[in-house]
Amino acid sequence: MTRPTGNKKGERTRAGRKGRSSTARKKMKDPIVITGISGNLGRLITKELHTEHSIIGIDQRPFRNKPKDVVHHQIDVRRRKAEDIFRANSVRALIHLGLVHRISPEQKNYRNFNTLGTIKLLEYCQKYDVRKVVLLSTAQVYGALPENSNFLSEDAPLVAQPGYPEMSALIEWDMYAQSFFWKHPDIETIILRPVHVVGPRVRNAASNYLRLKHPVTLFGFDPMIQLLHEMDLVEAIMLSLEPGRRGVFNIVGPGQVPLSRALEELGREPIPVPHPLAEIMIKRLWKLGLSGFPPGELPNLRYQCVVDGSRAKSVLGFRPRYSLRDTIRSVLG
Amino acid sequence: MLESFKSKLAEWAEEYLESISDPLLTRRLEKLQANLNEYGVDPFGFDPTMVKYAAPFVYFFYKHYFRVQTFGIENVPAGRVMLIGNHSGQIPVDAAMIIAAMLIDADPPRMVRSMVERWVPSLPLLSYLFLRWGQIVGTRENSKRLLEMDEAILAFPEGVRGINKPFSDRYQLQEFGLGFMRLAMMTNTPVVPVACIGAEEQTINLYNARGLGKLFGMPGLPITPLTPIVGPLAILPLPTRYRLYFGKPMIFEGNPDDEDSVIQKHVNRVKGTISRMIHDGIKQRQHVFW
Repeated sequence: MTRPTGNKKGERTRAGRKGRSSTARKKMKDPIVITGISGNLGRLITKELHTEHSIIGIDQRPFRNKPKDVVHHQIDVRRRKAEDIFRANSVRALIHLGLVHRISPEQKNYRNFNTLGTIKLLEYCQKYDVRKVVLLSTAQVYGALPENSNFLSEDAPLVAQPGYPEMSALIEWDMYAQSFFWKHPDIETIILRPVHVVGPRVRNAASNYLRLKHPVTLFGFDPMIQLLHEMDLVEAIMLSLEPGRRGVFNIVGPGQVPLSRALEELGREPIPVPHPLAEIMIKRLWKLGLSGFPPGELPNLRYQCVVDGSRAKSVLGFRPRYSLRDTIRSVLG
Repeated sequence: MLESFKSKLAEWAEEYLESISDPLLTRRLEKLQANLNEYGVDPFGFDPTMVKYAAPFVYFFYKHYFRVQTFGIENVPAGRVMLIGNHSGQIPVDAAMIIAAMLIDADPPRMVRSMVERWVPSLPLLSYLFLRWGQIVGTRENSKRLLEMDEAILAFPEGVRGINKPFSDRYQLQEFGLGFMRLAMMTNTPVVPVACIGAEEQTINLYNARGLGKLFGMPGLPITPLTPIVGPLAILPLPTRYRLYFGKPMIFEGNPDDEDSVIQKHVNRVKGTISRMIHDGIKQRQHVFW
């Protein structure tokens, strides 16, 4: 019985603070915690937020050119010290970006880092009354499959293709996030599933692939792809922070385009390879550490995983600002 | 060098296509309406310029090989519509001819979206060509979305049961699925029954080698009297004459989530109509081949 009243009070005070901050441009005292803040996306979000909100960053990596008013802790989220941050501050929101998405063969313990790290963080949120949690998943959890509908909505099943353990780990993580969402109706949990994020400084599999002069394509396959500009993703995260918004959202860029036309736009000269050969080749090269292309991404060159972003449009009010051409060309820097 | 070879090939193909295609057909294709983005494709991957490459071949089969006759094509209403037909012939030529009829003989020309089997996207080339030609994977979500966009879709509720049936069962409608009816009721879509006469005789299927078909990822492989002579080419259709009958649109109202038995009654009405149209059509024709 205490929970609902506490909830209401919290909301009222938050609303009051918000009003003040917008009139006097004063900083909100309660901090927002951002994990993985030293990454590209973390830095972009910090840049947007730090003038109006106090920010605490958690990342094992150093934060270069950190704004002076941002507090950064160079620790692992699984450590006790991370819990201390939540205990000592009344944290207003958590933006959890500290996931290893770019898995390389050496990083064997990414699973442990992603899953255990998230479990710990969500535990802190529950324990210390954090009211807003933004979790960054990916639209790849739906999987690129031949029988996919053209536009997958948020309730489409998450299907891992056999033989790609990285993908099933991601799905496992997303499912955990969803169960947290359902179990804790008092916490505004937002799970974002963006399509392939690209940008001048982004170094994920999709961006790296589009930067290749001679990318490998699969002979006889030309799936529709969806790309999202990194600044549009930042925008989506900003919108998720607004009070009252919760749920799972696909974040889609300005439309879809056949892979071949995107490569054409960038002036690439693709090398078509028959798919059984490519599968063997890419797995071998990956195991030997000779290629940076994760075998788990291979189905994306063969089948489409096109998602429907209409829920984010109607509920979050999200609209991509970058055009399709600008989004594709953004990998050129 | 590869590049110059490629461009030569494209040039040659372009010239060849121009020489064989009908100017009337080209004009009709230009009239096609589509919701294209700056890269020339619609949200589903349909690219009208790619239709240009396939059209002359389909046109040849339509006009000269199967010599398709259409009856009552003006019955197809504008806006969202579901074309429901009998499926036969071992390979889906009947779908291609219905689509061609709506492009060539309907006014204004219309791109009908047919529901493609779910294993097709795993085949090289066909995997994306069917999308560029405006066809889509046959999932419920896809068809619902298209109907809500006021498109015309083509479905064969008999599915594999129809297309793979033996020659002795020709013009015997197989069991109809119920999904199309629920969808039509959900989206308030008029159903136009289509009877396709001629396709059922195009391949004389004596025996369906299911195991052999599985090797190629297909639901079945027909053995015909020609198989011993021409091998797998026996699957290619004989030049029977096609007759396409388009019935009056039928509108169904009610709860789309009703029990199967209720939906079945509606489905039987459609099935009965198609069956009657087939019967009348066969009575009217003088010969299988002309």
